[in-house]
Amino acid sequence: MLKNRIIPCLDVKNGRVVKGINFVDLKDAGDPVEQAKIYSDGGADEICFLDITASNENRDIIYDVVAKTSKKCFVPLTVGGGVRNVDDINKLLNSGADKISINTAAVENSKIVSESSKKFGSQCIVVAIDAKKNGDKWEIFSHGGRNNSGIDALEYAKLMEENGAGELLVTSMDRDGTQVGYDIDLILKISSKVNIPVIASGGVGNLDHLVDGIKLGKASAVLAASIFHYGKHTIKEAKEYLERKGIPVRN
Amino acid sequence: MNVTIVDYNSGNISSVINSFKEVAKDKVNIGVTSDLNKIKSSDKVVLPGQGSFKSCVDALNKINGLVDTLNDFVLTNKKPLLGICVGLQMFADVGYEETETKGLGWISGKVSKIDNQNGKYKLPHIGWNQINILKDSKIFENIKNNSHMYFVHSYEFIPKNKEVISATTEYSSNIVCSIEKENIFGTQFHPEKSDKIGLKIIDNFIKFND
Repeated sequence: MLKNRIIPCLDVKNGRVVKGINFVDLKDAGDPVEQAKIYSDGGADEICFLDITASNENRDIIYDVVAKTSKKCFVPLTVGGGVRNVDDINKLLNSGADKISINTAAVENSKIVSESSKKFGSQCIVVAIDAKKNGDKWEIFSHGGRNNSGIDALEYAKLMEENGAGELLVTSMDRDGTQVGYDIDLILKISSKVNIPVIASGGVGNLDHLVDGIKLGKASAVLAASIFHYGKHTIKEAKEYLERKGIPVRN
Repeated sequence: MNVTIVDYNSGNISSVINSFKEVAKDKVNIGVTSDLNKIKSSDKVVLPGQGSFKSCVDALNKINGLVDTLNDFVLTNKKPLLGICVGLQMFADVGYEETETKGLGWISGKVSKIDNQNGKYKLPHIGWNQINILKDSKIFENIKNNSHMYFVHSYEFIPKNKEVISATTEYSSNIVCSIEKENIFGTQFHPEKSDKIGLKIIDNFIKFND
């Protein structure tokens, strides 16, 4: 039976983890390689890096971080943030990433999704959807949530599937950082609309939220950041909790 | 011992390289090449594969003499080869991804899209699934039945002779996920991404003696 996945996400800026795990025994709390290793040793089903480096001159640091991580972590590694073109995807994959998540570039031109999925295979192309509620629909935002494209999120999700995306990473911007739980409505509507796996993201504050993402939102995988970073819960605790709630997980 | 990972521009093989190097440490020499002579002189070969069946077969054919070299290695010299994901799928006579494409024909059968029961199951089949081990395989030594492996694929290999199947996994149907036929091994799942248990499979492949 296919298991639901738990994916911890690390925000990386200039090669350093921005919000990190608060473990006292960490030699270097800001080292993404070490933190990724802790997660994978702890049973994370995949690892996600979101590169939020703003300045262009530091953009190449992520390749080095990915290369080092992929030599230590033997679970799938997804890398996103600032992916502009097929060449960026190629460089990240060659560095050792297994999947690339594309956000702004796909909003601007869906061709990057069709081209890259053709070139590298759908299995490594994740489209990250940042959506915000407006009335009774959701609109797609780009540029790290700064630009409203006005595009309907459900139609966009379908379009990305048709273009060859292997998975959708759906983040509710209304919920991101609030710790009040996923926007279940949004996750459910998108996962019902498409036939590719959906990863729920944005708003997790406790373990019940993970359960809701899977049970109510029908997500295949749940992504969370802060509940794992700040030592509130370990991956193992999360898995045990999900299992108690009847959700199949890898153990 | 020389183990060679065939680099034929089939997409991203860095994870395969990293995992084999991690397991081999300094005891086994891991090469990554499309050089025919180096492949010929290897003890064991790994054939990775990402993307579509057609794109991988096309990429193999693009390198002059590569298919002949692999045929010799596997069929004439009977040396061990491990195919991973589309690397395994290419063992078949024919694949139907994108368009009908001739495979290597090492193991009679076809590769077709997983029947997802009219959308009841999501495709690709992505994530961790358990393997049901059907027969002793050299690569399954000390691997417990029902171990979790990482999958990502939309197509499945359906061999004619079911005796070559060493494991299946349950999704929308029972999907063939591991093959052993004499010196030919293959996994539909990704041992290189399947955590410690996946590395153990790689270790098994590297270490067994013919």
